[in-house]
Amino acid sequence: MTKERYQILIFLFFAAAVLVTPFFLKGSYFLNVLVFIGINTMLAVALNLLLGYAGQISLGHAAFFGLGAYISGVLTTRFPIDPWLAMVLAGFCAAGLAFVIGFPILKLKGHYLAMATLGFGIIMYIIFNETIGWTGGPSGLSNIPNLHIGALLFDNDWNNYYLIWIFTLGVMLLSINLSQSRIGRALRAIHDSEVAARVMGVNARVLKVQIFTVSALLSAVAGSLYAHTMTFISPVAFGFNFSVELVTMVIIGGLGSIYGSFLGAAILTLLPELLRVFQDFDIVIYGLMLILITMFMPGGLISGLEILANFVMSRIRGKQSDA
Amino acid sequence: MLRLNGITKIFGGLTALEDVSLSVTRGSITGIIGPNGAGKTTLFNIVTGLYTQTSGQVYLGEKNISLFAPERLAGLGLVRTFQNVELFGQMTVLENVMVGLHTRSKSGIFACAFKIPSQIREEKYIKEKGLKWLEFTGLADLADLTACNLPFGKGRLLEISRALAVEPQIILMDEPAAGLNSRETVELAGLIRRIKELGITVVLVEHDMELVMDICESIIVLNLGKKLAEGTPREIQENKAVIAAYLGDG
Repeated sequence: MTKERYQILIFLFFAAAVLVTPFFLKGSYFLNVLVFIGINTMLAVALNLLLGYAGQISLGHAAFFGLGAYISGVLTTRFPIDPWLAMVLAGFCAAGLAFVIGFPILKLKGHYLAMATLGFGIIMYIIFNETIGWTGGPSGLSNIPNLHIGALLFDNDWNNYYLIWIFTLGVMLLSINLSQSRIGRALRAIHDSEVAARVMGVNARVLKVQIFTVSALLSAVAGSLYAHTMTFISPVAFGFNFSVELVTMVIIGGLGSIYGSFLGAAILTLLPELLRVFQDFDIVIYGLMLILITMFMPGGLISGLEILANFVMSRIRGKQSDA
Repeated sequence: MLRLNGITKIFGGLTALEDVSLSVTRGSITGIIGPNGAGKTTLFNIVTGLYTQTSGQVYLGEKNISLFAPERLAGLGLVRTFQNVELFGQMTVLENVMVGLHTRSKSGIFACAFKIPSQIREEKYIKEKGLKWLEFTGLADLADLTACNLPFGKGRLLEISRALAVEPQIILMDEPAAGLNSRETVELAGLIRRIKELGITVVLVEHDMELVMDICESIIVLNLGKKLAEGTPREIQENKAVIAAYLGDG
């Protein structure tokens, strides 16, 4: 079996698992958690394109998520605009903004880039809070309409689950395709040695801006979906803490792995739920996990899974050859 | 083919290169030698667009490429290798070479994300070409290995394979024999000759005199940022100024 066939199979298996999961769940609590995992996966995958592939940090990605949510929310609550159209506009606006700020900020490297994106995130957070006339400020924006296709209204957990996950699977598939193309290789080349990539003809400056733009576009679409499924948004969800959480998802899941981003998003969404029993001590466990993973599994949890899978496969092969 | 006209480079108060002019004949193997600190690598960095010269011009054929960025030069068929082997360490050997085909392919982000038919065809072409270059340098068996796991000598060969994948007119090699054992150096000499047979002009900076005298048709000697001599290997070996620069004029 070729490597490509194998990857298609893994994706189909993953997609099938996602699509049948709701049939095995009772009650809306888990379904609701899974909706959040879907949104976070989309965001983590979008950030991974920038951080894991191109090797460029962004500590302000929650701002693009928030921008998508607020553009969609404001347009549909203040104007008679269709939510789907609002989603398209949100995506384009965030992409346009990323493109414009991308040229100056992506000239920076390392800590300086981290500081610049952090600054961008804080500025956007202040804008969400202070433009009270439009966004409702700290008290939030409510009564955002749900998305619908004809008579099918996405206003319950079951429908939302399929809405979010179809988008998430789409984003994952496109990102996997991208990562295995000449663009994906050029991004990883920039990550490993920017100077060598340039000598090979990769226009690093333009490509970094392009991937930053795509990443912002996907994050804004996730933001729009979030606004229309939750119907209420407030700035707290789009602050610095969430930006850091996104970076954490990408890193503990595995830099440069699309399925790793799903794993990271799933764990960081579930963890606060699971750690509720520890009350205030949850932050300790959370921190400890991060330290242990970055120390002992620098490739993220997905690399740990790969090692485990290879081990199991070799044991199975060993048994077959014995027989 | 490649012509430098009065190149001067000043770093702060230090003059690294002073009024260096030289030209490289199409299809030749040219060596640039000189003691440490002569300005050889600086010269390479200027030609390949990594540094900007203080004054002077660089021409590729008839084209003035003085201020071109490296990525643009690759598109024109000028490529280089590095003294300290700059591989894409986390990528496989084959993927490294496939990056070399970046300028020979054109699918954009959306074509790649949606896998349109022309992109699938192009991807197949990139892979076949990449494998072809690995066969040329004898690395085909290692195609799926992660590049950072390669032994040093093989890494050198990979860097050359990757540069060849750009399908250059001219390739600049910065100390290709540094760190190689004597058997590997002999193999390298053979490889450089085969590269020349493809019609590619080769320029190398090198300290291994045996290699330089063996394969180069013409040699340029730099000393303290100035051109000291140029000529055939025999002429250089007999040049008094060159001998003095290397051994001291005691």
